[in-house]
Amino acid sequence: MSNHYDPTKDISPSAAYPEVSFHHHTDDAEFKRRVKKTTILLSVVTIVELAIGLLIYNLHKGEVNRDFLILLFKGVVCILTLLKAYWIVSIFMHLGDEIKNMIMTIIVPLLLFVWFIFAFIYEGNSYKNLRNTYDLHFKETTTPVKYHKADKAEEKPAEKSGKE
Amino acid sequence: MGVNFINMATTGTVHQTKWWSGGKSPFNMEYGKLMMWYFLMSDAFTFGAFLISYGSIRFSQNFWPDPNVVFNAFPGAGHANLPLAFVSVMTFILIISSVTMVLAVHAGHKGDKQGVIKWMLWTIVGGLAFLGCQAWEWHHLITGEHAVLADGKLEMIGQTMTGNPWGNLVEDNAALTAALSNTSHETLVSLVQSHDHTHSAKELAAMSDAQLKGMVNLAEMHVREKGPVAFGGYFYGITGFHGFHVFSGVIINIIMLMMAQKDVFAKRGHYLMIEKAGLYWHFVDLVWVFVFLCFYLI
Repeated sequence: MSNHYDPTKDISPSAAYPEVSFHHHTDDAEFKRRVKKTTILLSVVTIVELAIGLLIYNLHKGEVNRDFLILLFKGVVCILTLLKAYWIVSIFMHLGDEIKNMIMTIIVPLLLFVWFIFAFIYEGNSYKNLRNTYDLHFKETTTPVKYHKADKAEEKPAEKSGKE
Repeated sequence: MGVNFINMATTGTVHQTKWWSGGKSPFNMEYGKLMMWYFLMSDAFTFGAFLISYGSIRFSQNFWPDPNVVFNAFPGAGHANLPLAFVSVMTFILIISSVTMVLAVHAGHKGDKQGVIKWMLWTIVGGLAFLGCQAWEWHHLITGEHAVLADGKLEMIGQTMTGNPWGNLVEDNAALTAALSNTSHETLVSLVQSHDHTHSAKELAAMSDAQLKGMVNLAEMHVREKGPVAFGGYFYGITGFHGFHVFSGVIINIIMLMMAQKDVFAKRGHYLMIEKAGLYWHFVDLVWVFVFLCFYLI
């Protein structure tokens, strides 16, 4: 039995929670610096997101079709949001300070979201395409006017050539 | 996933530890806190499922309302067009209340009772402020009516579970003029009322349809078609579910505040309950980051 592993010998468990092997000791100055830095980062990124939101609003108003640019900015906002989520979980919730075993039991199941998001959005898009193909009433009543205009511009010359 | 390890020295020695040999937590975490993490992970899946369902419905539509058009009101600002302004206030309230929660947890680590009480109080104030903002926003969306063209007549509808006034802008003025003649007396009154503030509702109600039609300024109305009905259900469903989390978080925080006040944690020798409540509260902030993204930004 002398070889039996005794956790109390190489680590000092806390009196309240003997199952916890070590506690994180961050000094006050370091703690304040981290919280201040994270707060500023979260605020700055939120302000940047709002600025991009307003930019998207103004891109929508224009006559020119800027769908690609809008999509690009929306992608940027998504990435910024993931960054904010990382800071909240890692710093505010202290997940970054836990041991690797613990972090993995939380992060690995959440990776299912990667498949989840792509699969369901692809599904939604496919449903739209099918309806636009087979349900013309749906297509005509829901497609925005600016796209109607483009269709009409194509149709008109055809009409004229018919009369001539 | 890059993860910061602070206390590299400590972590270094811990690598030698036999985590699974028994007698200690292999995750170096007490039971209650670990279970809070797993609860939050399951809650993340619930919220994730809601948001992804919203996303797939949105991708199945040819048209979806622009959030900047829907959410452009600010309390006390009347009809001013202020896209994103109010929701940014709500977002900052939650970020700040998350920071005060971090400070409460830190005060708990030091066994500083007064610090815990002070920062928990601020966190509760932040939570209540957020709920107040949400109540105002819902009220504004439900009761604020907008002119829509539907079935050849004009209607005034709010944003509800069954109707969405944020469809495509109607640019066909002939259709609008034609629709006006099919419009009910009541709707005509509220149409005029929405841009003409010189007459009282009573005076307008007493006028004839012909008089009212002459007063309706169609150019100023920005009449829209009805938008996708799913918008209301998803918006109220998901922000309501989040609001319910904020509400229960406030209740939990109030209970923690009272327990701290009564020295329950001081007698226990640790403030770990504050840490668990803190995890829940940060999660509420985390979910809002995604709700903010999905409903207001993109």
